[in-house]
Amino acid sequence: MIKTLLATACAASFSISAAIADDLTPNPAEWDQILENASGQTVYWNAWGGSGSINDYIAWVGETLEERHDIKVRHVKLDDTANAVSTVLAEKSAGRDEGGTIDLIWINGENFAAMKREGMLYGPGWVQDLPNWTVVDHETKPTITTDFTLPVDGMASPWGMAKLVFFYDSARTEASDLPDNTDDLLAWAKENPGRFAYPQPPDFIGSSFLKQVLIERVDDKSVLAAPVVEADFAEVTKPLFNYLDQLNEVAWRKGQAFPKDYPSMSQMLADGEVDITFAFNPADASAAIAEQRLPDTVRSFTFSGGTLSNTHFVSIPYNASAKEGALVLANFLISPEAQARKQDPNVWGDPTVLAMDKLEEADRGAFDALDLGIATLPPAELGPAFEEPHPTWMNSLERAWSARYGVAN
Amino acid sequence: MTLLPPFSRFAPAAALGVLALPVLAGFAGTLLPAFGYLPAVGFTEFSLEPFRELVEEPGVGRSVWLSFQTGLLSTLVSVIIVAGFVAAWFGHNSFLAVRSLISPLLAVPHAAAALGLAFMIAPSGFLVRLISPELTGWDRPPDLLIVNDQNALALTAGLIVKEVPFLFLITMAALPQVPVRRSLRLTAGLGYGQLAGFLLVTWPMIYRQIRLGIFAVLAFASSVVDVSIILGPTIPSTLAVRLVEWMNDPDLSRRTVACAGACVQIAVTGALLLFWIVVERVCATIARVILANGHRFERDIFVRQCARAAMVTSAALVFAGLAMMAVWSFAGLWTYPDALPQNLNLRTWSRALPSLSGHVSTTLLIGVSATLLSIALVLGCLQRETEIGKNGTGRALYLLYLPLIIPQVGFLFGLQFLLVSGNADASLAALILVHMIFVLPYVFLSLAPPWRAQDRRYDRVALALGASQRKVFWRIRVPMLLRAILAAMAVGFAVSVAQYLPTLLVGAGRFSTVTTEAVALGTGGNRRVVGVYAFVQMLLPFVGFLLATIIPALLFRNRRAINLG
Repeated sequence: MIKTLLATACAASFSISAAIADDLTPNPAEWDQILENASGQTVYWNAWGGSGSINDYIAWVGETLEERHDIKVRHVKLDDTANAVSTVLAEKSAGRDEGGTIDLIWINGENFAAMKREGMLYGPGWVQDLPNWTVVDHETKPTITTDFTLPVDGMASPWGMAKLVFFYDSARTEASDLPDNTDDLLAWAKENPGRFAYPQPPDFIGSSFLKQVLIERVDDKSVLAAPVVEADFAEVTKPLFNYLDQLNEVAWRKGQAFPKDYPSMSQMLADGEVDITFAFNPADASAAIAEQRLPDTVRSFTFSGGTLSNTHFVSIPYNASAKEGALVLANFLISPEAQARKQDPNVWGDPTVLAMDKLEEADRGAFDALDLGIATLPPAELGPAFEEPHPTWMNSLERAWSARYGVAN
Repeated sequence: MTLLPPFSRFAPAAALGVLALPVLAGFAGTLLPAFGYLPAVGFTEFSLEPFRELVEEPGVGRSVWLSFQTGLLSTLVSVIIVAGFVAAWFGHNSFLAVRSLISPLLAVPHAAAALGLAFMIAPSGFLVRLISPELTGWDRPPDLLIVNDQNALALTAGLIVKEVPFLFLITMAALPQVPVRRSLRLTAGLGYGQLAGFLLVTWPMIYRQIRLGIFAVLAFASSVVDVSIILGPTIPSTLAVRLVEWMNDPDLSRRTVACAGACVQIAVTGALLLFWIVVERVCATIARVILANGHRFERDIFVRQCARAAMVTSAALVFAGLAMMAVWSFAGLWTYPDALPQNLNLRTWSRALPSLSGHVSTTLLIGVSATLLSIALVLGCLQRETEIGKNGTGRALYLLYLPLIIPQVGFLFGLQFLLVSGNADASLAALILVHMIFVLPYVFLSLAPPWRAQDRRYDRVALALGASQRKVFWRIRVPMLLRAILAAMAVGFAVSVAQYLPTLLVGAGRFSTVTTEAVALGTGGNRRVVGVYAFVQMLLPFVGFLLATIIPALLFRNRRAINLG
């Protein structure tokens, strides 16, 4: 309980630390200077590269920035964001405090926590000085200022909202048979052996699935809001691993192989290999239908009791070579133009971090005009949001999973 | 190159430097962290801690075994297929037909072949779709573990289909140096069937020539990363894949474990080579016993048919897989059990083109630079050989094979540390240099035999007429050997295009080639984009080989004799 209080106190300190932004170099409060210095820079943006539509969106951002601000954007495609963390850490250990190879990282959760803890982030407080911060919905979306229970402290600029949503093909599966929580899901999987899969942790979505199952099985949720206590870990996660023992038995390939990530599961849905998939993006299936990757009979559903929800961000390493360019890029990402394009399921379909009531008429119109797609639930039907556990849970869960299931017998 | 005599004098040393220095320095750079010494991360005390942690890693023994087993099995089967086919069909029409079928496969990068194969053999893949649901009754793909199976059989198959063309072509190169027809006549005269006669008498002579190539295959197959990521097991993965994961772990102390693992990988590969030598002995003994008991194996047609079928199947799988990847790149909606997409469009290509052009130009830049530098060094070395009248000795050949026989992870980790501490990682020059480590041996191995076979009397005539060594080189040797030179360059370029791990580690993610891109996408979901990259990945080396064929044909269209040479 004390830990929960501490975490809450930390979250509250957000407004205090925001005040110390003045001594930042470069200083985003002097935006004209930032723009001037950014011109001609090349921004190496390390971002997960496993989705074609996201890669295309990032390429569009790059073209736009080159056109408008003479900033070149290079997308360094990661298969795991942890790799970027290790790169910065290696540079820091080698004493390379300037001229780092990474300028911007797409980040949240354990990776953000690690970089913040190790002092590897530029900031704090630069985010509130971005010109477009004024239209960001930081009042009603708590995950924009608190990431996985940790205060963001203006060290990560929000990029998009994520909520765990499930997909099925209505041509194959009756809507009335769909599970409404992970207990139902297990029962469903037992009736439909081999037709459910989750990505192999430490894939982000795979680990998130573990957290969803865990949250539904922990009575005192405050335990998860605090860092893992080694002594209690086995006890707290016992129901989770009991569950997985049963689920893996009836999962795709009987748990002897796992999909690599959620786009793989989407392909498996099209291949008829599985019947239920999930993603952190409510519009993922609509985007896939628009690209003819999935048939137009695919629909989404969620759990009425709630599913995991979070925000994803971009952060700048402390030793970035092109901080000004990275700032301009981060600011562009929260512009109404970039956010509306991102929410278009024909482009990506990722929900916005902006507050509609803060937008100009024309900008709001751009969002209103979006057809969210046939397979996307309207925001009101997305169900309650589960808060992310403390980032240490992710690490411990991944390790425990690997030790238990990552070794064939 | 205008400084030819001095250049050729210094070329062997330079080539040696390019090959041996990075490998040895990289190996040392891997060895130190393996024993706990990695000052960049704050480890300055030597200890056995990394090995202790390695041993405690769940399933590490299984990973080691998988690497050993995959290396052994894939090489063994590939050698059997190639030896069986060559023995069974040498001198027949189908030999030439298969030869022209197999040759282009050398240009196909491993990753592209693996991606194509994965779609062919998966339960929802093309082969099942062809006969489902009509013949199988499978309205839904069966829940069978084929790709990523725990025993790494899919991985083994993926390696076999690529090793077969390689072994076949080095066998082709060795054939002219062996009196095949005479020994075949001899064994036929003694009443042996073609298969047995060839395998018992001719094959040992060929084997001696291709032995180092087989060692390279063993080393590659037991330490491969890209193919294993695509087709290999994941619970756990093969050793090399896990090493790369540990190398990238945010917990930097894991890097010492990765290096300890790299040492184990070298030991695994070493053990595999030793085991192979035992296998060689056993085979030789068996052959002697068979010879001694005098059985003639005249009725071998069934086995011969099998050998040809295996050869053709392995090639057909790769071709069909690649064709399917190409179809995917144009596919609209394509769900199970449709054998073909409902419609075709250019959407994937038009969306991929902007970023594709960047990756293609990076690939070209690195590949062409590494190839040009390598061919210059190789020509210098060979010219030096000609000038001083000595051929490379066996020991020099082992040195040439060094980068091909030491597993890549064994020295690339250390090399990366060295480059980072010299602030030279993520630089184009470093990347080209690292590619040269792998390009140069292949260029040398391709060019040396035709160069050495070139009739020296042409040189002597030119020298007698008063031409300088330099003039002889440029006016006689290079034009007469242009085909061979270009072919060697095409091989070198193909090797560069296919490099995955060196590009990934030394390029620090900043340089992505079509191969790193194809592998990154290949394990993800979008088969259409993967199709684009697999297709381009295959196309680039193919264009290289095409140019190597067309340029001499155009240049020498009025020189029939050169064309024949």
